[in-house]
Amino acid sequence: MDTRTADELHVPQQRTSWLVFVKTHFRDYGMLLALLAIMLFFQVATDGTLLRPLNLTNLVLQNSYIVIMALGMLLVIVAGHIDLSVGSIVGFIGGLAAMMMVRWGFDPVTTTIACLVVGGLIGAAQGYWVAYFKVPSFIVTLAGMLVFKGLTLALLGGMSVGPFPVVFQRLSSGFIPDFFGGEGFNYTSLFIGIASVIAILYFSMRSRANQLKHNVETAPFGLFVAKNALLALFVVGFCYLMATYRGLPNVLVIMAVLIILYAFVTNRTTIGRRIYALGGNEKAARLSGIKTERLTFLTFVNMGVLAGLAGLIFAARLNTATPKAGLGFELDVIAAVFIGGASATGGVGKVTGAVIGAFVMGVMNNGMSILGIGIDYQQVIKGLVLLAAVSLDVYNRKK
Amino acid sequence: MNAILEMRGITKTFPGVKALDNVNITVKAGEIHALVGENGAGKSTLMKVLSGVYPHGSYSGEIIYEGEERRFKGISDSEQLGIIIIHQELALVPLLSIAENIFLGNEQATYGVIDWSAAFARTKDLLKMVGLNESPETLVTNIGVGKQQLVEIAKALSKKVKLLILDEPTASLNEKDSDALLNLLLQFKAQGISSILISHKLNEITKVADSITVLRDGTTVETLDCNAGEISEDRIIRGMVGRTMADRYPKRTSRIGETIFQVENWSTYHPLHANIQVVKNVNLSIRRGEIVGIAGLMGAGRTEFAMSLFGRSYGQNMSGRVLLHGKEIDVSTVEKAVANGIAYATEDRKTYGLVLEEDIRKNISLANLNGVAEKFVIDDIREVAVANEYRARMRIRSPDVFQQAVNLSGGNQQKVVLSKWLFSDPEILILDEPTRGIDVGAKYEIYTIINGLADAGRGVLLISSEMPELLGMCDRIYVMNEGSLIAELDVAEASQEKIMHAIVKSGRR
Repeated sequence: MDTRTADELHVPQQRTSWLVFVKTHFRDYGMLLALLAIMLFFQVATDGTLLRPLNLTNLVLQNSYIVIMALGMLLVIVAGHIDLSVGSIVGFIGGLAAMMMVRWGFDPVTTTIACLVVGGLIGAAQGYWVAYFKVPSFIVTLAGMLVFKGLTLALLGGMSVGPFPVVFQRLSSGFIPDFFGGEGFNYTSLFIGIASVIAILYFSMRSRANQLKHNVETAPFGLFVAKNALLALFVVGFCYLMATYRGLPNVLVIMAVLIILYAFVTNRTTIGRRIYALGGNEKAARLSGIKTERLTFLTFVNMGVLAGLAGLIFAARLNTATPKAGLGFELDVIAAVFIGGASATGGVGKVTGAVIGAFVMGVMNNGMSILGIGIDYQQVIKGLVLLAAVSLDVYNRKK
Repeated sequence: MNAILEMRGITKTFPGVKALDNVNITVKAGEIHALVGENGAGKSTLMKVLSGVYPHGSYSGEIIYEGEERRFKGISDSEQLGIIIIHQELALVPLLSIAENIFLGNEQATYGVIDWSAAFARTKDLLKMVGLNESPETLVTNIGVGKQQLVEIAKALSKKVKLLILDEPTASLNEKDSDALLNLLLQFKAQGISSILISHKLNEITKVADSITVLRDGTTVETLDCNAGEISEDRIIRGMVGRTMADRYPKRTSRIGETIFQVENWSTYHPLHANIQVVKNVNLSIRRGEIVGIAGLMGAGRTEFAMSLFGRSYGQNMSGRVLLHGKEIDVSTVEKAVANGIAYATEDRKTYGLVLEEDIRKNISLANLNGVAEKFVIDDIREVAVANEYRARMRIRSPDVFQQAVNLSGGNQQKVVLSKWLFSDPEILILDEPTRGIDVGAKYEIYTIINGLADAGRGVLLISSEMPELLGMCDRIYVMNEGSLIAELDVAEASQEKIMHAIVKSGRR
């Protein structure tokens, strides 16, 4: 049996040149470059308003719930499904939180926990039909969209309910407190930024050393340095800008933690890998011993919890729950995931891509609003960008 | 005889690969011309050049058809001149009727309004010509693969075909349907229709072909004239692989131990029709180091048996016991079956075996992710090391383990599937048609791998429709028909005749 020769066991040491590497990894970096280009464009077009600390803070607050839902939606789409109900769930959970705190007198902590659980239950209810009854997710979640839109109206009695306790508002409008008492400058935020950079550098260097030790293909050294330097500059620069205003928003911290968690789960864990296999070829996945039904079910539960969290954040930001909250959010979230390079047939997509996609949409919303472009043409432009991004991706994949 | 087709000096390059290099082929009018070669030799590419899928200008060389040089811009150009290609993967719409499929894109219509009575009448004539006794209104999804193949041919006939190209037409047909199809080709020949037949089944080629062109690595090796005297299969193989295959099956000295695997009274019912019993009281056993075959016709219930055994992946209301080392094991889910040491490599590797968009590495680890992970976290380095080890051991031909499975040839894909299951470390490996659609050279390598498994003390259950393969590989062969095991033959006493005899006899009962 063992007839291998030394030659066959030899694994070629990859000495990839810059150009080849960038070309083959274009899909990984293409959208990031597009985001930077869009930001640069609006930075110039708005005379520097885009990157002002106040606006940057707004940008984060405005998009946090979209980003958070995009994380869940990515898993749903990678698994080969879609969830149209998330916008309605945002509205429903916001309404539920408002009723619990304002009308029924629950405290914010109990309310938050209860709302996340209800979000999960809603996800479970939908996932049950999709996973075990094989009803197409498009249909199930379309039904869910109608049901929860209606339930929100019923729950709130068609009225806006608010305001919320201050503690709850902090979820969205609060900032990381400064422990160093800087005058008009939030040192804690800057330190958090620097600490994250150190952590990022440590982990990427460790991983690179490990890859080199085992002859695994690595990015060229120059690119590695450039990438990490840019990332470090970006994080520190961002935190510095934020520190000059009011510091890092609480919601940014929640968002960052979730992004890192989901990036880790999708890239490095067995459950992440199984979701990709499920979306890539469900039959092959099942015959490889993967519990495809349970996995599908869980992706919907996860989506429900994240939609619940987004609902809380959105309600806290408006400081009121309205029957119209969350209207059309599902479209922004789905667009973000597809702009980020996910495949509509499942099996392909990245967390970083979805986050970048969400910010592409967010920066465009924000920039166009500053420029005073009407909501009418904003929609047109966003639609065309979605089409362009996905067409480019399809074209790239064909090559 | 005049040549109907002459392709001269065809060269076709893809970025980085020369798929065809100065290929020449001449098809005489009214002959059956076989085109053989290993997978990746360039057969399909050549036919795509001929039919205009690769338009004029994307290749060099010339195509002379019916005495004139032709420059096809697309399939419709070549179809108009009577060159019809029937692809390996059938291009029928399952939920349309036979008549609708036959006239798809060529509807019997005036100003866009279809004349259904004319369409049905013509369909009936065409079906009669190909010997298919079905109503034109029957949905294609409701007839078997063999009949679907005939519908494809009827569709070709509806277009006034002069040169019929068949790409692996019998790959998924049983012996009876294959024979019927080959006879049909002979009939067409009598009517003056020329055909080009691409096939891996050399016995079929020697049966019907007038001449044989052998391709190897994108070049024409030789053209053999069958009318000048019988051409043996070994002669063709020599041309295809460039060396003599002394033996198509690697030698093995069986070292058979104690019984390690038993199935007792296994029964399964059809997943939709609870009253149809698909597998009937099957009893079988496998000993350590033994390769056991299951022979049978298409539809005998072999795949259904294997899949129902493997985590109830087929059917309903299973009953029976499965024993490993004399102890009953739980095989009620795939996960449990794998954990208990059973692996099943499916017959259709693209649909059931591989995640095509993922790379070799991720496909190999899929059935045993815990083997490359600490708790829930995958160790990239270990995963790559495992993949590299199997790539070397199985001789998977690819630049590295980061190639998507979809880009590999059939033989290499099958090696990836086998790697996946070997990495799950099974005691019993069920292989369902492991060499279907794989070229001769790669088959030999797969056989070597299977022998290696047996030598390592595992039990192998080999399901195959190719009887020579069973006779060449197995120690013992069960014969299955209509869901029951009807015979058990030691390989020393088994022969194709005996197997067929058993099947026919049980059918009469």
